[in-house]
Amino acid sequence: MATMVTSTKTITKKTTGGGSKFPGPNGNGSKRNGNEYREPDRDANRYRIGMWVALASIAMMFTALSSAYIVRAGSSNDWQALSMPRLLILSTGLILVSSAAIETARRKLKATLSSEYSRWLLITAALGLAFLVSQFLAWRQLVRQGIYVSSNPHSSFFYLLTATHAVHLFGGLLALSFLWFRSRRPVHTKIETAKRQAGADAVTIYWHFMDALWIYLFLLLFLWR
Amino acid sequence: MSAVHEGVHRHPAPTGFIRKYIFSVDHKVIGIQYIILALAAVLVGMIMSLLMRLNLSWPGTSWKILETLFPTGAPGGVMTPEFYLSLVTMHGTIMVFFVLTTAPQGGFGNYFLPIQIGAEDMAFPVLNMMSFWVTFVGFIVILLAIVIEGNQTAGEWLSFLGPSFVGGSGTVGPIGGWTGYAPLSALGKVAGPGQGAGMNLWIISIAIFCVGSLLGALNFITTLLNMRTKGMSLMRMPLTCWAWFTTAVLALLSFPVLLGGGILLLLDRIAGTSFFIPGGLYVSGLLSGSNPNFPLHTGGSPILWQHLFWFFGHPEVYIAILPGMGATSHILATFARKPVFGYRAMVFAIFAIGLLGFFVWGHHMFISGMSPYSAVAFSILTLSIGVPSAVKTFNWLGTLWGARIRFTTAMLFALGFVSLFVAGGISGLILGQSSLDLAMHDTYIVTGHFHLVMGVASIFGMFAALYFWFPKMFGRYLGEGIGKFHFWVTFIGVYAIFMPMHVMGIAGMPRRYSQFTEYEFLKGLHPLVLFVSVAAIITISVQFLFYFNVIWSLFKGKKAGDNPWEATTLEWNTSSPPPHDNFAGILPTVYRGPYEFAVPGAPNDYMMQTDVGSEEISDNGHNGHKH
Repeated sequence: MATMVTSTKTITKKTTGGGSKFPGPNGNGSKRNGNEYREPDRDANRYRIGMWVALASIAMMFTALSSAYIVRAGSSNDWQALSMPRLLILSTGLILVSSAAIETARRKLKATLSSEYSRWLLITAALGLAFLVSQFLAWRQLVRQGIYVSSNPHSSFFYLLTATHAVHLFGGLLALSFLWFRSRRPVHTKIETAKRQAGADAVTIYWHFMDALWIYLFLLLFLWR
Repeated sequence: MSAVHEGVHRHPAPTGFIRKYIFSVDHKVIGIQYIILALAAVLVGMIMSLLMRLNLSWPGTSWKILETLFPTGAPGGVMTPEFYLSLVTMHGTIMVFFVLTTAPQGGFGNYFLPIQIGAEDMAFPVLNMMSFWVTFVGFIVILLAIVIEGNQTAGEWLSFLGPSFVGGSGTVGPIGGWTGYAPLSALGKVAGPGQGAGMNLWIISIAIFCVGSLLGALNFITTLLNMRTKGMSLMRMPLTCWAWFTTAVLALLSFPVLLGGGILLLLDRIAGTSFFIPGGLYVSGLLSGSNPNFPLHTGGSPILWQHLFWFFGHPEVYIAILPGMGATSHILATFARKPVFGYRAMVFAIFAIGLLGFFVWGHHMFISGMSPYSAVAFSILTLSIGVPSAVKTFNWLGTLWGARIRFTTAMLFALGFVSLFVAGGISGLILGQSSLDLAMHDTYIVTGHFHLVMGVASIFGMFAALYFWFPKMFGRYLGEGIGKFHFWVTFIGVYAIFMPMHVMGIAGMPRRYSQFTEYEFLKGLHPLVLFVSVAAIITISVQFLFYFNVIWSLFKGKKAGDNPWEATTLEWNTSSPPPHDNFAGILPTVYRGPYEFAVPGAPNDYMMQTDVGSEEISDNGHNGHKH
């Protein structure tokens, strides 16, 4: 059949997931064809793809802010580096552990240990919340020292980058609670199972990304000054 | 089997009015909502351009309606320069964001991308709905900027948010152009009229718009990667899908940069930071730090804002025009009854334009004091965009070569797109060279250039798309008679408006001036200014005929069948308008490329993508990609 469309023949080999290289001969979209095509895994895969796409966009925003940071640090003489609030080390520890926790949750789900899965989701959420509290206390420390957003460019960027990261992490907490609510409902069908796994995978990817992003911002803020 | 079946009907057809037409998750309804939003926004933008032309040609005239609506901005009905500048700003902002970004991508892309790849909806229907409504809120906020800056009573509405949210300076929104250049945009009320609440709302509106566009882009990319039907390989996709996909990638990577920059700008205005405000600034008779209204700022970089803005701003012009290129390729092939010439080259050209678009933002900043070496690099990269653009133009001409063209209105607009794209692109080769741009920057040649190439050409792409797909969307033709009249007047009209601007620019007429009568060296150009205004008034009035045509055709238009244009792609396989899940529960299977027209030996002169066909036909080797 592939000889029919001579020029696409070579191209279809390279495509992924797009469609069969040798489409069946049974005509104008028969019922059977249409249904066979929707495999549960492929249907659920959109959550993983969507997450990677979203992360590209988030990465782009932090790239823009980082380049602003670097330009602003290099182009002026009013830059006064903050001394690092000690609490940030605690924050860093918390978010690293939370990454391990969500990874555990994901694996428990894969091993079909449902109750373990929801427990580890809660642990992750608690660690994430603790991270946010720790960040907030670090802000309070700075405020007590009289360092505000407008005090100097480094403090402006410190508040801005930590706040933007915190907002994204808060989004991750919402996603975790959504997963947790869902995890208490039993799954019946293959597609529901696949969707649950894909959802857990997507949130895990996001959470790891937020973890790595924090490490990156931490290094940027306190090594590049 | 039941589980699989569930995948096909992921959401049942809604029955209530609100779920069906307002908060709908159906990509087709959302697409139409985007188009309606754009049709409303373009009306506002168009009226603003009309007001600008009136002021340029007949400065000092008293317009009664302006006196009633904006007593502060137009005392006695005569426009102040500030009022004119705010018109420039809002015209640009509304047109670029809420027309050129929404209709081609959010509108037509939303409606037709899932159908053309054989999917029953977008990958994330709820995100899709949110994307529209977030964009809608952005539009409301920008309209609010007009009211709050324009009216003194309304100017106090948001004052509880802080002194920078006080408006009422009599302008129709902020002054700063659609680029909102710092430092004036970053200072607040001290910088003059329109720099209070109007500018804050402008930034907030753009930020909201960014979020909406990002949700949309995420959806487009995932849908295209994950939901193509059986047999729909990447190289069997219609060129429209390639264009929407590339546009989505551009939006995904460029809007976050604008969002980041917008947050920094807003912080400069409301939190007292100095990201973009340099030290020692002297504005409105005040020195930074000398007055409580103008606190001390040090060390910021206005150029940084330009970099962040244009890193978004240049891809944005491709976001506006790529969907038009896709639609044009699609429509040219259909009415030339020939395969698209060089399909693969077209795909790579779309990608090359998108990719290069990220490396040329510096050509907007040649006069910002950048190093001449950077300027040369940006120049070379800019001019190199001419190569994929020329490939596209050549292939469009190749598609038309020797064809027996069916001159429908959609085809006329598609041909108009090619014409305008070439005419506007040529001056890009002039402006892209830093040496020439130094002289011509901020003159009318720039205005003429970008209006032709990204403004009007994109609009022609949308017109072509609407005339082409209207029968599919509503089951009725969009009136062809009025349509052809609309085309010819608009086509001649836009050339009459924007061609003279090139001459004015070379003669040294600067952009964004509210009037030119005070300048001796520009007096000779006044007849040309008048000519442009008259052409603009005629062209704008014909657009109302278009609005009438749309409304009339919705109810009284000639009924259309499922495939009125004898086209080949999947949207013509389903009913007009398509059912809720697009293909009534049976996803189509694709057996061939998207543009198999003039197939020798076929019963018709074309083969649908779903046609199986026989071995002899394909052995003739006639297909969409080789000639």
